[in-house]
Amino acid sequence: MTAMLLIEQALNGLQYGVMLFLMAAGLTLVFGVMGLINLAHGSLFMVGAFACAAVAGATGSFWLGLAASLAAAAAAGAIVEMTVIRRLYARDHLDQVLATFALILVFSEGTRWAFGSFPLYLDIPAALAGPVTLPGGLEYPLYRLVLIGVGLGVAAGLFWLIGRTRLGIRIRAGEADREMIAALGVDISRLYTIVFALGAALAGLAGALVGALQSVQVGMGEPVLILAFVVIVIGGIGSIKGALVGAILVGMTDTLGRFVLPLALGTVMSRSDAGAIGAALASMLIYILMAVVLVLRPGGLYGRA
Amino acid sequence: MTRPAPVLETRDLHLSFGALKATDGVSLRLLPGEIHALIGPNGAGKSTLIGLIAGTLRPDAGQVLLNGRDVTGADVVRRARAGLARTFQVSSVAAELSVLQNVMLAVQGARGGSFRFVRPVLADAALRAAAMGDIDRVGLTGRHRVVAGDLAHGERRRLELAMALALAPRAFVLDEPMAGMGPDGAREMTALLDDLRHRAPILLVEHDMDAVFALADRISVLVSGRIIASGTVAQIRADPEVRRAYLGEEILE
Amino acid sequence: MRREPLLNGVLALALLAVPLAAWALDEPFVITLATKVAILALAGAGLNIALGYGGLVSLGHAAFFGIGGYAMAVLAAPVQNFDLLMSWPFEVPGTKSMPLIWLAAMSAGALAALVIGALSLRTAGVYFIMITLAFGQMLYYFAISWPAYGGEDGISIYVRNGFAGLNTLDPIQFFALAYGLLMAVLALTHMMVRARFGLALAGARQNPGRLAALGIRPFSLHLSAFVISGAITALAGALYADLNRFVSPSMLSWQTSGEIMVFVILGGVGRLFGPVAGAALFILLEHWLGGVSDYWKLFLGLILLGIVLFARGGLIGTLAGREDAHD
Repeated sequence: MTAMLLIEQALNGLQYGVMLFLMAAGLTLVFGVMGLINLAHGSLFMVGAFACAAVAGATGSFWLGLAASLAAAAAAGAIVEMTVIRRLYARDHLDQVLATFALILVFSEGTRWAFGSFPLYLDIPAALAGPVTLPGGLEYPLYRLVLIGVGLGVAAGLFWLIGRTRLGIRIRAGEADREMIAALGVDISRLYTIVFALGAALAGLAGALVGALQSVQVGMGEPVLILAFVVIVIGGIGSIKGALVGAILVGMTDTLGRFVLPLALGTVMSRSDAGAIGAALASMLIYILMAVVLVLRPGGLYGRA
Repeated sequence: MTRPAPVLETRDLHLSFGALKATDGVSLRLLPGEIHALIGPNGAGKSTLIGLIAGTLRPDAGQVLLNGRDVTGADVVRRARAGLARTFQVSSVAAELSVLQNVMLAVQGARGGSFRFVRPVLADAALRAAAMGDIDRVGLTGRHRVVAGDLAHGERRRLELAMALALAPRAFVLDEPMAGMGPDGAREMTALLDDLRHRAPILLVEHDMDAVFALADRISVLVSGRIIASGTVAQIRADPEVRRAYLGEEILE
Repeated sequence: MRREPLLNGVLALALLAVPLAAWALDEPFVITLATKVAILALAGAGLNIALGYGGLVSLGHAAFFGIGGYAMAVLAAPVQNFDLLMSWPFEVPGTKSMPLIWLAAMSAGALAALVIGALSLRTAGVYFIMITLAFGQMLYYFAISWPAYGGEDGISIYVRNGFAGLNTLDPIQFFALAYGLLMAVLALTHMMVRARFGLALAGARQNPGRLAALGIRPFSLHLSAFVISGAITALAGALYADLNRFVSPSMLSWQTSGEIMVFVILGGVGRLFGPVAGAALFILLEHWLGGVSDYWKLFLGLILLGIVLFARGGLIGTLAGREDAHD
């Protein structure tokens, strides 16, 4: 019985991890290529979720909503890049932090203005609703299984994009040497807009997919953003591979910690104490993981430093 | 005759970056009172060697000794405290601080006490007098109030030197102090360095051959991470291997 | 170039004159608003030591603000519950004495800053920003899930804590305490910045590699500045909790970190009175825009964007020009 639960929790952790990867991948790309720290990345997650919920609500089709979330987040990303972000590349991190913090306020309050303060709800599409029976008899929600598949698929797509395509070559060249790539005649400002919009679309996709599991509301992006930072710190800034490994590590640690810690503590103290203390400790677990990685490898698992 | 003990010594230093052997068995001695010039073509590994001596880089093998003490495991801060003063190829100062504040910072580094919170540092007469003395010595008299970032290039080179002086070091390691200076500036800097050797011996990395030949007691030639020749100015000028390494360069003229 | 001290004097006087006038006109709400400015300016003054003088972009200072707040609640709650703070191994009662609470808040803030700083300062730049943000978030979630002090709902301390000889429930007297602490901290900061420590810290901010080559360890300076910074922001947190007579995890949230940073940047990074100017402007904007629209933060965001993109150096920088190089 416990083994079944454990497998289920591990799958939940994996699902959580791959969604974090979608967020972390964009952040780490934008930092690696443009040297920009973008606090407003969580807002793009929120934009994706709201676009999906609004369009799905109006048309009744989750799939149209999903397409809308990609389009809305990519468009929001491109617009923000062209109006604000590109003025920040040459600035120090402090200016980037303040400007993107201001963007969060604009996005959050703008969304509240447009949609009100009450959360929207997004239903899991009928085709993906309900559980499936896995080998071994475990019943697991199909939708979550699909999320794992989508996340891993996107990861594979990103590795292919970065490693095998012209755009990928340019992105890698941009990471290595900005002037070099400009000298080669690549339109660098267009490349930056594309990279930023790509990262935004991934965040929007994550927002839409996760939106069906929780409520869609203003402020939903920032907790995920901060976890994505933890992922990047663990994985190493600029590394897509690090983002994937870090994301799964964080997802697993958090989910399994919340499951295992109260049980483990329950063997030495009363059940209610164990539940409370276990939950409090579990909420700190990924940050402790981050601290341990920092002590052992200050540049992250796959960092260059 | 007993040879004087070297102030600074490297023993068989090795450092590779991947397949590139940036430093390949360098042994070097800096003796009391001398200016020991280190020359070599671009890419010879001079910057790497300075990094190894100053402690910003760690060798794969070999040792660095300061006053006979092994400092290979010590970091930049410890080596500075042990009496090593370096200047940087690209001027490295605190750009928002005044000339005086920069030099006082160096005096403070030499004397310790950076964890004092009460007395205004600029009112510290002893610290100030020491710093002003070094500012005068490098010819920046009257410029002590200027913010370092506003200095002209040559003046910034002098400020670097004043900061090194203020450390009252056992050995100087100067990384191209003439870089980017005009002929007049280089001449003045040469005179300054000539005077400096009485304070502590100098390991001088320099491209300006006039300055090197005017100043150096000994010269070591670094090519592809190895010292291919070491000797007096006359010996180096006559060395066929050096001529080959420098073929076409001004040393032959 | 001597406009900045003059401007500082004007700010200090204005922050004193407004609540005094409000007191004379019997407008307690204005006094409370001024008290809020003084306390938030104090939080900003703490961050300014790390951010402005040390160059450490900490996006996790809500951790220290919240720790200060919870230190107050932890000490004062047992008194209102007729309970003990600790009963084992020996009995320790709670306290309603502000000086004791401030001392506890600052110690707790300093200790947390020591641990967080020692870990975060192993890295620099953008890593440092993300890691401080993450540690702040860790404490936020811990406060939410730890049930002893109200969890997500927070905890109310119904009667404001006391200070010998003062009636702290009188708004103007509580303001005087907050104002006095703010001015004392600014005076001490001014002293520290001009002392040897301040010079070395400026060197560590502007050119850590050079400083190391002068035999001074940037890490020690940065960590000391971070600890002092954390202690001061924690003190502000204890006062803020006393102002509201309420503590909740929102004091620890990342928005709080962002807002404290906004005070500093709005006023002027590394300027002594920057946090005062910034906090005052922020509260005025909040009050004024909040009266105009429910979505006032949208306009705040646009104003902030405009300031970052077009008016660098903050209020003090705009009004007083470039900083004096001192001598």
